Amino acid sequence: MSVFEGFRFRHVSSPIHRRDPRVKFLYVLVMFIAAVMFYELPPLLVLFFLPTPFVFLAGVQRQWLRSLRGAMFLATFLFVFNLIFGYISPGTIPWSMSPLEYAFSMSLRFLVLVESFSVFFLTTSPDHLSLALEQSHVPYEFTFAFTTAVRFVPVLAEEAQTIMDAQKARGLELERGNFMKRVRNYIPILIPLIVSAIRRSLELAEAMESRAWGASKKRTNLYVLKMREGDFILIIISIILLVTAIYVRYFVPVPSFTMLLPK
Amino acid sequence: MIEVKDVYFTYPTEVEALKGVSLSIRNGEFVAIMGQNGAGKTTLVKQFNGLLKPTKGEVLVDSVSTRDLSIAQLARKVGFVFQNPDHQLFSETVEEEIAFALRNFGFKEATLKRRVTWALNLLGLTEYRKTSPFMLSGGERKRVALASVLAWNPKVVILDEPTIGQDHRQKEILRQFIVQLNTQGKTVVIVTHDVEFVAECSPRVVLMAQGQIVADGDAQRILTDPNVTLRASIVPPQVTQIFLKLADFGLPADVIDVSEAMKVLVEYFEEEKGKR
Repeated sequence: MSVFEGFRFRHVSSPIHRRDPRVKFLYVLVMFIAAVMFYELPPLLVLFFLPTPFVFLAGVQRQWLRSLRGAMFLATFLFVFNLIFGYISPGTIPWSMSPLEYAFSMSLRFLVLVESFSVFFLTTSPDHLSLALEQSHVPYEFTFAFTTAVRFVPVLAEEAQTIMDAQKARGLELERGNFMKRVRNYIPILIPLIVSAIRRSLELAEAMESRAWGASKKRTNLYVLKMREGDFILIIISIILLVTAIYVRYFVPVPSFTMLLPK
Repeated sequence: MIEVKDVYFTYPTEVEALKGVSLSIRNGEFVAIMGQNGAGKTTLVKQFNGLLKPTKGEVLVDSVSTRDLSIAQLARKVGFVFQNPDHQLFSETVEEEIAFALRNFGFKEATLKRRVTWALNLLGLTEYRKTSPFMLSGGERKRVALASVLAWNPKVVILDEPTIGQDHRQKEILRQFIVQLNTQGKTVVIVTHDVEFVAECSPRVVLMAQGQIVADGDAQRILTDPNVTLRASIVPPQVTQIFLKLADFGLPADVIDVSEAMKVLVEYFEEEKGKR
């Protein structure tokens, strides 16, 4: 469950936690665009280390590292596949790069995406998130479904743990047998988990109905998001980041790591 | 049978749930572990079948440390019935549900059939043999969960909160069943807050608070000791509360169950009537 831990919000107050979620999302979006624009290793390395000041400012280093560790498996997978295909068909990768560098930058690009989203989710409470969606005129039904889904991830993870314990107490050994047997070992865990998730959602629906969910078309909120000084600073940082990224991409010849190496 | 030696346990979330617990449970004993929410009751019993292993200290089951055995090996001796049957039921039929653990333990097909039939019969579930466990009522699902554990005849049976969500009749059936199991020689450990239920079973009571054992002894002695119950934030049975107030009238203060209370009161009033 360590991957989920890397995205789970905890209530702390920091300059980053207090930022308007919409502005933070803009920043994540800029990071996303920048990461997709570059495939060379040097700019991706810059992008990788760019969010570290934010991470330390928010004081979420440990969870952030955990999310990166969780993403490592998929990153390794991407690395291996890109490396294999880079050697099989060298035509598919940029001429200036070695397959090794290309594979490395592709996994790094993935990590950049993961880390930006991780910072966003680590510092934005589900309530703020739903507020942001609502005030961006997303229909409330969607907002609610989204935040409920986010909120129930840890609940389900805990429930999965209890179910695993209950089945282990009946002699189930998850790590036993060949591959097919191991997959089948998860049936006694998945069925109770799915059944209870369905049951829980029905109960939630009834509880919502009994509290007049959707009774009035126009909803008001106790808290209203308001932009503050820090938010404008973050907007400016994001815009500078975006403009720089576009400028560098189109007007500066970006060297690849392979080109930087002495011949 | 189960020997807990100065056990400390800390969860990965850094919650210290057990702080130096020592306890010894003999063969054939009937023990109720009581205490507030978060006192460490469930954490303690999860040490008995190896679901959790001590951070410090040692738990011995039949003189073997739980660290040296797998959960499956321990489960063969120590059966654990979880609080919510819905966390374990998954099979298409009740029969299959009960056979699940027996398959895991590698019982032979003939023995397996015999044991399933025996367990179904034991808990009065024979008519539901081919029914889906999801179609049963709450009380019946609880019984299926219980049968699925008793089927492999573990030496020790742990029941986590057996009375939660059970109506009065189901509770009474459960109580008689547990007492019967115990008289047949099985070691029974229950984890509960239900004082009335414990009062009627009258087992050995182990009282926990903040990860430590604060009292250990006979149910009658512990449930009627206001100092001890206060420390563990347990409210004595209603009958006991009344009798604690009536002590000034020369009535015994250590009454814990209703039938005993009735007997004492009837005697008292007969005597009063005689005096007039």
